[in-house]
Amino acid sequence: MSEPFLQVRSLTKHFPIGKRGLFGRPGKVLRAVDGVSFDLERGTTLGLVGESGCGKSTTARVLVGLHEATSGSVKIEGHELVGLGRSAWRPWRRRLQMIFQDPYASLDPRQSVLSILEEPLRIHRLGKPRDRRLRVLSLLDAVGLDPRHAQRYPHEFSGGQRQRIGIARALALEPDLIVCDEPVSALDVSIQAQILNLLKELQGRFGLSYLFIAHDLSVVRHIADRVAVMYLGRIVETADRDTIFSSPRHPYTRSLLSAVPLPDPVAERARRRIVLTGDVPSPLDPPSGCTFHPRCPERDRVEGRRCESEAPALLGGEHECACHLTES
Amino acid sequence: MSHLLEVEDLSVRFETRRGKKVQSVQAVGGLSFHLDEGETLGLVGESGSGKTVSSLSLIGLIPSPPGRIERGRALFQGEDLLAMAPSRLRRLRGNSIAMVFQDPMTSLNPLLTIGRQLTEVAEIHLRMGRREARRLAAERLGEVGIPSPEARLDAYPHELSGGMRQRVGIAMALMCRPKLLLADEPTTALDVTIQAQILELLRDLQERMGMAIVLVTHDLGVVAGMADRIAVMYAGSLVETGPTEAVFRSPAHPYTRGLLGSVPRLDGDPNRALDAIEGQPPDLAHLPGGCAFAPRCPGADAECAARPPLDAIGEDRALACFHALAPREEPTR
Repeated sequence: MSEPFLQVRSLTKHFPIGKRGLFGRPGKVLRAVDGVSFDLERGTTLGLVGESGCGKSTTARVLVGLHEATSGSVKIEGHELVGLGRSAWRPWRRRLQMIFQDPYASLDPRQSVLSILEEPLRIHRLGKPRDRRLRVLSLLDAVGLDPRHAQRYPHEFSGGQRQRIGIARALALEPDLIVCDEPVSALDVSIQAQILNLLKELQGRFGLSYLFIAHDLSVVRHIADRVAVMYLGRIVETADRDTIFSSPRHPYTRSLLSAVPLPDPVAERARRRIVLTGDVPSPLDPPSGCTFHPRCPERDRVEGRRCESEAPALLGGEHECACHLTES
Repeated sequence: MSHLLEVEDLSVRFETRRGKKVQSVQAVGGLSFHLDEGETLGLVGESGSGKTVSSLSLIGLIPSPPGRIERGRALFQGEDLLAMAPSRLRRLRGNSIAMVFQDPMTSLNPLLTIGRQLTEVAEIHLRMGRREARRLAAERLGEVGIPSPEARLDAYPHELSGGMRQRVGIAMALMCRPKLLLADEPTTALDVTIQAQILELLRDLQERMGMAIVLVTHDLGVVAGMADRIAVMYAGSLVETGPTEAVFRSPAHPYTRGLLGSVPRLDGDPNRALDAIEGQPPDLAHLPGGCAFAPRCPGADAECAARPPLDAIGEDRALACFHALAPREEPTR
C-alpha cells in the first residue's frame, strides 16, 4: 500500500500544570492528547469527533504547528514535521491551513477583508501586489462572497459570511490540507448547511484534504469519508463513515450515536437510548486502564476487571477499535 | 376549558441610542400561542428570531430600557402577566413559573453555595425556616439525580461539572413545584451524552409533576423528542405552529421546510447536498415591509410584499404564509 498523505503516529501533547518557579514542585500533567494515531488520504476528509475536553482541538493545533508535540510523529508525504525549527516549518505552513470555530474572533476587526486575505500572500511573497489583489477577488468569488465587498470590515458581515472569509483566507496559499476546527458549530442551521455544502464543493474543485473536527456527529456524517472517535486524549474507534455509523463497535461510539437527537418526532420517541451515567473524567487524572471504564455500560461483560487495569490497544485494520470486548 | 398560558399579540421593541440616532428594533411582533397543563411547547428559531426575548418578557425579565413591551396579553391561570404589579409577578416567578437558562455557569451565583441558592427560594416563596428549607433543597437535588445531595449543598458552583450545574439549575427551578417551566436552550451548552441525560430528566420530571414546559431551542432534534406542539419563529414573528408530528411530517411554511432540509441528520442520505436556505439571516433593524422571509424564499412573489397573517389551517395548526406548501405524506429527509 502506498504511503498515506498524512500519517500521525503516537502523537502526544502534555501540558504541565501548576509548576511554580525554578524550584517549585513539579505540578500535575494534563494529558490533552495521549497517543493518537491516524492516516488521512489525499483529497479525502477525516472526521475527528468527541466531546469537550477529549483533545480534538489540541490535536488540530499540534498538526498545524500552533502547539509543539510532546512526542510522536506527524508525517506529510513521508516528511517528519515534529521537531522542526521555526524556519523549517515555514514552507509547511503554506500547505497546512486552519479554519477556526468562531468567525467573530478569528478575523482582525481592524483589517479590511482585502487586507486579511492579502496578508498570507504578502508574508509568503507570492505574486506582485496587482496579482495579489486579483487573487483575493477570485478567492472571494470562490467562497460565494461578492468581490465588490472586499473593502469592507469583518463587522459588516454576518456570521456565515465571516466564516466564508475564514475559508477564503485558508484557501489563499493553495494548501493541501485544511484543518477545520468546529467550523460550523457557531452558526445557525440554515447557514451551517451553506458552509458545509461550500466546503464539499471546494474540496472537489481544489482536491483538498480535510481534517474535520466536530462534536456534532450528524455534521461529520455529511462531510467525512472516515471517522475517528476520541475520548480523553485517545482514539477509541476509526472506520469509514458508513461502517462507523451503521455498525459502531466501541461502547462509547454507540452511546454517543444513540445520544444524538433525531429531527423526527416519530423515530425519536420510538428510540432506545443508551444514556451514559456520570461526566467525562478530568484529563488531569484519567481513570486507570481503559479511560472509559467508569462510564462504560458494557464493562461487566469483560472478565476479571481487565478494563480497570489494562488499557486496550487500537486494533483491527480497516475498522479499528480500542476495547477489550472487541479484541478477540 | 381555558389554557394554562395564553399569549396574545405579544410585541416587544428595543430602542438603542447611538449619539442622536435612535435605532428601533422590533424583536417580537405579534406573537400568540397557548399552552395547557402538562404540555410541552417547543419555541423554535435561529438566532435573533425572538424566541428568548418572548420567553423572558413573559416573566418581566426584559431589561427596560432598552426593551419595552408594546402590546399584548399573557394570561397565566387567568391573570395577565404583562399587566401585573411587579410585586405580584415576583411572587409568581420562581414559584409557579420557573425558568432554566442556557448557561448554568452564569445563571448560578458563584459566591454562594448551592445550598444557599436553593434554600433562598424556599425561604422566600414557601416561608420555610432554614432547616426545613435545607431538607427540601437536598430532596430536590436528589430528584434531579445528584449523588450525595446533602454533601453537595455546601459546594460552590465552580466545583461542579457543566452537566451537574445544569441539574442544580433545574433543581432550583423545581423547588416550588412550578406549574410552568420556561427552559431556554437548557442543553445547548452541554455535550451530547450529557444533553441526553438532562432531556431524559426533564421528561421524567414532567411526567411525575405534570408541569407545562415552554422549551426554547434552535435544535430540531431536541424539539422532536420533547415537544407536543411546536411554534416556529422567524424575525420576531410566528410563521407556523402545530402538533410536532404534523409539522415535521408536512411543514407548510417554506422556512420550516427549509430549516428541516438544512439539518444534517443521522438517518438521512449523507451523500446528498443539504438543502441550505439561501441568503443571510434578517437584519431586524431593516426588515422588509411584507413577509420577513420573502427575500430568502424560493416561492416568494408580488403578494409577499404584504404581511401574511397567522391563519388557522386544519386541526390546531396555523400558518403565516400566502403560499402554503402542499401537504406531504413522506417525512422530510
